[in-house]
Order: sequence, then structure tokens, then C-alpha cells
Amino acid sequence: MPTHERTNEAWLSALRGPQRDAALADLRAILLRGLRFALDQSGNLRDADLEDFVQEALLRILDNLDSFRGESRFTTWAQKIAVRVAFSELRRRRWKDVSLDAWLEQTEGDFVPRLLADENATPEEVAVQQSLMEVVVRLIREELSERQRKALILVAVRGVPIEEVARRMNTNRNALYKLLHDARKRLKQAMAREGINPQEVMQLFERSR
Amino acid sequence: MNWWQQLWNRIRGRRPDAHQTLVLSAETLRGIIRGILTTQERELTCDKCFEQLDTFAELVLVGQPIPEALKLVEEHLERCHDCREEFEALMAALRAA
Repeated sequence: MPTHERTNEAWLSALRGPQRDAALADLRAILLRGLRFALDQSGNLRDADLEDFVQEALLRILDNLDSFRGESRFTTWAQKIAVRVAFSELRRRRWKDVSLDAWLEQTEGDFVPRLLADENATPEEVAVQQSLMEVVVRLIREELSERQRKALILVAVRGVPIEEVARRMNTNRNALYKLLHDARKRLKQAMAREGINPQEVMQLFERSR
Repeated sequence: MNWWQQLWNRIRGRRPDAHQTLVLSAETLRGIIRGILTTQERELTCDKCFEQLDTFAELVLVGQPIPEALKLVEEHLERCHDCREEFEALMAALRAA
């Protein structure tokens, strides 16, 4: 059956039945083509890498056929899994030689925040940004647990992927997102207690951009 | 990551005063404050977002309005860099198909 004419049901029954090999070959071709476009920006990717990602994705897809709910096209669902597999591996590779130790230490003790103000900000705007930074850093110190503080600084300040921070902190991405969500909720409540008006703050802040 | 970035990270990691100063650009600070102030009581986690990402992506692909049930996916993607990166890659793959 031509690849693009397979219905979701046809994909499922093919992958579960005697036509499995043919269906796998078709799916492999679709995922390879998709990943080539999806990872276009990532550079330095060899065909062997793409093949690796796709094979790993095919294994996961076969293991999880029962969880496909049929709310999208089967190939979209499969491509989503391939993209997840590829990004997990690419993030791991990108960060594996980066030591986060210095950054982690920094989040424990007495760090001195220093603002790199917008270039075109007026002295008044710099003063507003400076005082906001001091409030935020104080609340991060006072309101958050050590784990929350570490995670927030690595993700929001250092730009480390959530997935990578989770790996270093011996947890998973989902749990780390929850940890960060709780941290943001606490900071939001604390800012409200300090009488900080969200709209006003954002307006003041956006002006100097 | 190229060798220069790697070396730079090592140099930075070794510098004795590296743990004294936390440099925050105004842009980063803006991102943190925006993240705090737009925090919702209920947010999707990465796993829940992933579950619905294929359905969401197909709607975006054909330009259909996002139904209420998928609004939380949209919000999660605005907040979570990892998930957004994967969503954008998935869109690129689907557009190529």
C-alpha cells in the first residue's frame, strides 16, 4: 500500500501483523526525511546519527503502539517521538563536557548579582532595573529551597535545557518542570506581598528595550 | 558545541572569582520576571504537553484555531524552552512531508 494512503488503522495493523517489515521500512523513510528537516539547524549531523535516532525512535514506537490515541495522524505521532529521541541525545552531547559545578556552587552561597543594563536605557530606567533585580534576587534567596534555586538559576539565567538540569540533579524533566512551577508560584506570591504590580513592572521594563 | 565554546566554559569554570558575581543581562532579568508574573496556578507538565503535541501541531499546521482544551499546550510551549524547541522541529518535519 502506498505510504501516504495508509490510514491510522492500516499503520497499526501492519506494524502488529505479518506486514510489519514493510511498514517499518516505510515509517523509517518518513522519519528520516522528517528529521533531516527538523534538525536542519543543528549542524554537524552525520547520516549515521540520523539513522541512530530513527532506529531508537522505531523501537519506542513499537513498544508504545497501545498508547497511540488516534487523535492525530499516526505518522505525526511517530515523528513527535523521533524528534524527542533526537533532541534528548543532542542535548546530552552538547552539554556533556560542560561543567556546571561552578554554577551550582554559585547558587548555594553568597553571590553578588550584577546587572548588565540595556544599552539604550536611561539612568532612571537602569535604576528601576537595578532595584527590580535586587528584589528578585533577594526573593530567590529567601523564598526558594536550595533545589528550586539551583534549577531556576541554571534554567532561567544560564539557559541550560530543563532536560539536562534534570539529569544533573538526578530527576526527570517532568519533575523538574513541576519544581520550577512551584518556585515561580512562590515568587509570584512573594512579589504580590511586596506590593509589586505586575502590569506596572512589565511596562516600566519593556520601555527601555 | 565547538571547541572554542568548550574551552571558554572551562576557563570560566576555573576562574577563581566565578562564584562571586552573577551577571544578569536586562534581557535575562526581563525573562525571569515575565516568567514569574505570568505563572498560572495550573500549568501542564512536559509529559502532558508531549501527549497532546501531535494533535496541537496538526492544528497549527493547517492554521485552525486552537480549542480551549489545547490552550494549556500553547501556554506550556511559551514557557518551556525544551518543549518549544521540539515543537518547532516537529513543525519543520511536518511541513517537509
